[in-house]
Amino acid sequence: MGTLNALVAVCLTYVAMLFLVAFFAERSAMRGRGGWLRSPLVYTLSLSIYCTGWTFYGAVGYAARSGLEYLTIYIGPSLVMVGWWWIVRKLVRIGRTQRITSVADLISSRFGKSTLLAVCVTILAVISATPYIALQLQSVTLSFAVFAEAGGGGQTIYTGESTALWVAMGLSLFTVVFGTRNLDANERHHGVVMAIAVEAVVKLFALLAVGAFVVWGVSGGVSETFTRIDASQLGQWQMNGGRWAGLIMLSAAAFLCLPRMFQVLVVENDDEEHLRTASWAFPLYVMLMSLFVVPVAVVGLDLLPEGSNPDLFVLTVPLDQGREGLAMLSFLGGFSSATSMVIVAAIALSTMVSNHIVMPIFLRMTGGGATVSGDVRHVVLLSRRVSIIAVVMLGYIYYRLTGGGEALAAIGLVSFAGVAQVLPAMLGGIFWRGATRLGAMAGLSVGFIIWLYTLFLPSFGPGLILPEFVLQQGAFGIDWLRPRALFGIEGLDPLVHALLWSMTLNTVAFFGVSVMTFPSPLERLQGAQFVNVFQHSGGPRSWSGGVAQSEDLMIMAQRILGPAEARALFRREATRQGLRGDLPEPSPDFLENLERELSGSVGGATAHAMVGQIVGGMSVSVEDLMAVADETAQMMEYSNRLEAQSRELTRTARQLREVNQKLTRLSVQKDAFLSQISHELRTPMTSIRAFSEILRDSDELSADELNKYASIIHDEALRLTRLLDDLLDLSVLENGQVSLNLREGQLSALLDRSAAAAAASDDGRALRLSRDPSKEALMLHTDLDRLSQVFINLIANARKYCDAPDPLLEIRVTDHGDLLWVDFIDNGSGISDDAQDVIFEKFARVGEPRVGGAGLGLAISRQIMQRLGGEITYLRGENGAAFRVSLPRPAMAAQ
Amino acid sequence: MSTPHDNSEGPRPTVFVERQTYRMRRTMDAARLVPLLGLLLFAVPLLWPTDPENALSTSKTILYVFGVWLMLILVTIRLSWVLRSLPPSDKAPDRGGER
Repeated sequence: MGTLNALVAVCLTYVAMLFLVAFFAERSAMRGRGGWLRSPLVYTLSLSIYCTGWTFYGAVGYAARSGLEYLTIYIGPSLVMVGWWWIVRKLVRIGRTQRITSVADLISSRFGKSTLLAVCVTILAVISATPYIALQLQSVTLSFAVFAEAGGGGQTIYTGESTALWVAMGLSLFTVVFGTRNLDANERHHGVVMAIAVEAVVKLFALLAVGAFVVWGVSGGVSETFTRIDASQLGQWQMNGGRWAGLIMLSAAAFLCLPRMFQVLVVENDDEEHLRTASWAFPLYVMLMSLFVVPVAVVGLDLLPEGSNPDLFVLTVPLDQGREGLAMLSFLGGFSSATSMVIVAAIALSTMVSNHIVMPIFLRMTGGGATVSGDVRHVVLLSRRVSIIAVVMLGYIYYRLTGGGEALAAIGLVSFAGVAQVLPAMLGGIFWRGATRLGAMAGLSVGFIIWLYTLFLPSFGPGLILPEFVLQQGAFGIDWLRPRALFGIEGLDPLVHALLWSMTLNTVAFFGVSVMTFPSPLERLQGAQFVNVFQHSGGPRSWSGGVAQSEDLMIMAQRILGPAEARALFRREATRQGLRGDLPEPSPDFLENLERELSGSVGGATAHAMVGQIVGGMSVSVEDLMAVADETAQMMEYSNRLEAQSRELTRTARQLREVNQKLTRLSVQKDAFLSQISHELRTPMTSIRAFSEILRDSDELSADELNKYASIIHDEALRLTRLLDDLLDLSVLENGQVSLNLREGQLSALLDRSAAAAAASDDGRALRLSRDPSKEALMLHTDLDRLSQVFINLIANARKYCDAPDPLLEIRVTDHGDLLWVDFIDNGSGISDDAQDVIFEKFARVGEPRVGGAGLGLAISRQIMQRLGGEITYLRGENGAAFRVSLPRPAMAAQ
Repeated sequence: MSTPHDNSEGPRPTVFVERQTYRMRRTMDAARLVPLLGLLLFAVPLLWPTDPENALSTSKTILYVFGVWLMLILVTIRLSWVLRSLPPSDKAPDRGGER
């Protein structure tokens, strides 16, 4: 009795602790501090609800009856998780992008948001989960009974029924409190997940503790344990091959299809990255869970009296050895397994029932539903709470009706086979675009009926639901309809038999009908979305929009999401559309987002129906969409190409314009030059002709006159020669035919000579020179004649063009190491900006041709400097016209 | 022109990818093959004799099954470690395309 009281106390403390854990996790998640709640470890541990009370207690019993067959139940899920890259990753991605809330939602969304399909899956899930929940209640009750017996037994207050009822009520309370706390858009329950993660640790620890006790405490070591195993009745490999393979497949299928597994695996998943950890951590977890099962079974068979329930060895072996503390821990482990399963299953099933059965009915009954005013959130929450209680109570009633006592594992496998019927539709839906709604309906119904007939109903035992003669002779006396030997095939294990037929015919019906039927546009869109989820994660564009009133949508969204959330969502959308205020335009984009948000609360099909009621014009055909998308893509590409071409054209045009401007300028200069040069040539030619005519025709000229006229002719001829020399010089320089005459000489002497030469010519005005002889004491090694030609030209130019009243030319010499600069700066008004570009061109002349010269001087100078390896440039920023002659280092002789 | 399709089809998928990308894709292939390998290894017990004279002892079968299990877990740890460097958006081409 003392033990039992202690047990009740421990149990209540444990439950209180779970409440606290869930409460604090929920609170810190709400405050946004729950980073640790979203760790891969918590995710992996939450997956462990796969290991239920059935696994905790039943695995040992299973092993005691059938040897290693129990391992199949763990190997299947391990293979699924190890192969996460194939299926689970895709499921999680789809679940996140489409805001899937349950298995039924997944199937219904994939196949055109069909309500009927969702209802079918929901019914199937509820029917197959009920016995399983009953199983959990039974395992808790049985384990309680063990302690009751050990503590002196027979206390009436602890009879099975009352224990089961208390447990069922407690679980309902917990689930209602933490499972329906919020109508979250993404359906995550941090408190619940945290609590089941804690329970996962407890059950693993408890089982490992019992196992370690059995191996090292009772048997005395690993090798002794192995000897003991081989000596026992389980000592040899005895396996029905069909069951081994079939059960691995079945458990793998159930792992994916069980509503509660889908809930933790996909719906509660916070981050796809967590899968990477879970892919190995979950197999490790279940491997550890199954590690000590055989030793416990063997020791239990050895130590305990004949006829003890092997399902309870985990409890009875420690009790038998007088380890009450260990037994208590083990009890908590089993309790954790059972409760976490019931909690998550109730949440998952209630979401399905409420979203796919209650809400559609409610909306229909309230007449058009969506436009009714008032908050429907409380309706959703209420329907979920009622569903939770109903689901758990259904399990309790099932338990009461069947009275328990059956081998636990048997019910579990029947339940597995039931949910596995969803597998063809699920895998077909996410990997095959050709799967259709009718195909899924056909497959599901065929599988469901065969499962009911061959496995579920016979599992109640003959006479309870199926009459004895049906089992013996088949329905309506038709021999090949015998539930345990369909089509006359006998001798198969009943489970393998049911599995084989149901899954085969399910798949055949699914495939056959899918191939023969034609999907609706929405189905095809959803199919593309699901199958190609990794290519494009966008949602379906199915709303034509325009008809909908934003106000109506707002009213509806407020009722489902709550006023604050709805307003926030609408404002966000409005901002994204670039509108001020709270009401966005009902664009297809917005409607699609809204629908997805709503589907987080009421499921895909209902959300679609509600938006559809307001929007009216539903979806456009897929062909239209494809065509539009295709055209748009093509036009975008075409316009992009055009834009690039146009940019390039603009660039080229700009360059052309610049070149053209320069050419025009040059052409104008050339014209000016031609007229100039013809003038220049013509003037001396005219005077030469005139004076030579005088000389020829007049006989009485004095000697002075003769001399004067002859010298005029001579001077004019010289001028012509100079002009022609310049032209010739330039063409020689330009063609590179010049040969340099390199000599050594002093810069100052060179400048002296140049200045004298420039002053010698008689055109231009007097020019003062400002020089610094100390800087000019440099030896040069270059073509001195050519260089002096440049200097003469520059000084002569200053004489000709400097417009200052008192012309002054400063010659500034700067030694820059590897460069020597000789600057010629006058005090005139300089050269205008646009003329600076062209002064070095041939024939360029600035200003009016006031004085002689053909504009070749600077062009020649530039050519000379290029020959000498230096350059001549115009200096900006000086007061007057300024030229810089740069000479490279080699031109300067060693000092 | 002799090549009328020039520039009219946008960027084509490249035939050769960088070494790193190539390695990553082969790792994905490996990750896909792990469950098949597991299935194969776990199917081996189907071949074991079950008649009482030749049947294997349970201790040996336990060692085999758990050994395979552990090996699969280790391989998966290794692969998931390599696959960690996938970009979060996962633009890696998948075979789930249009069939």
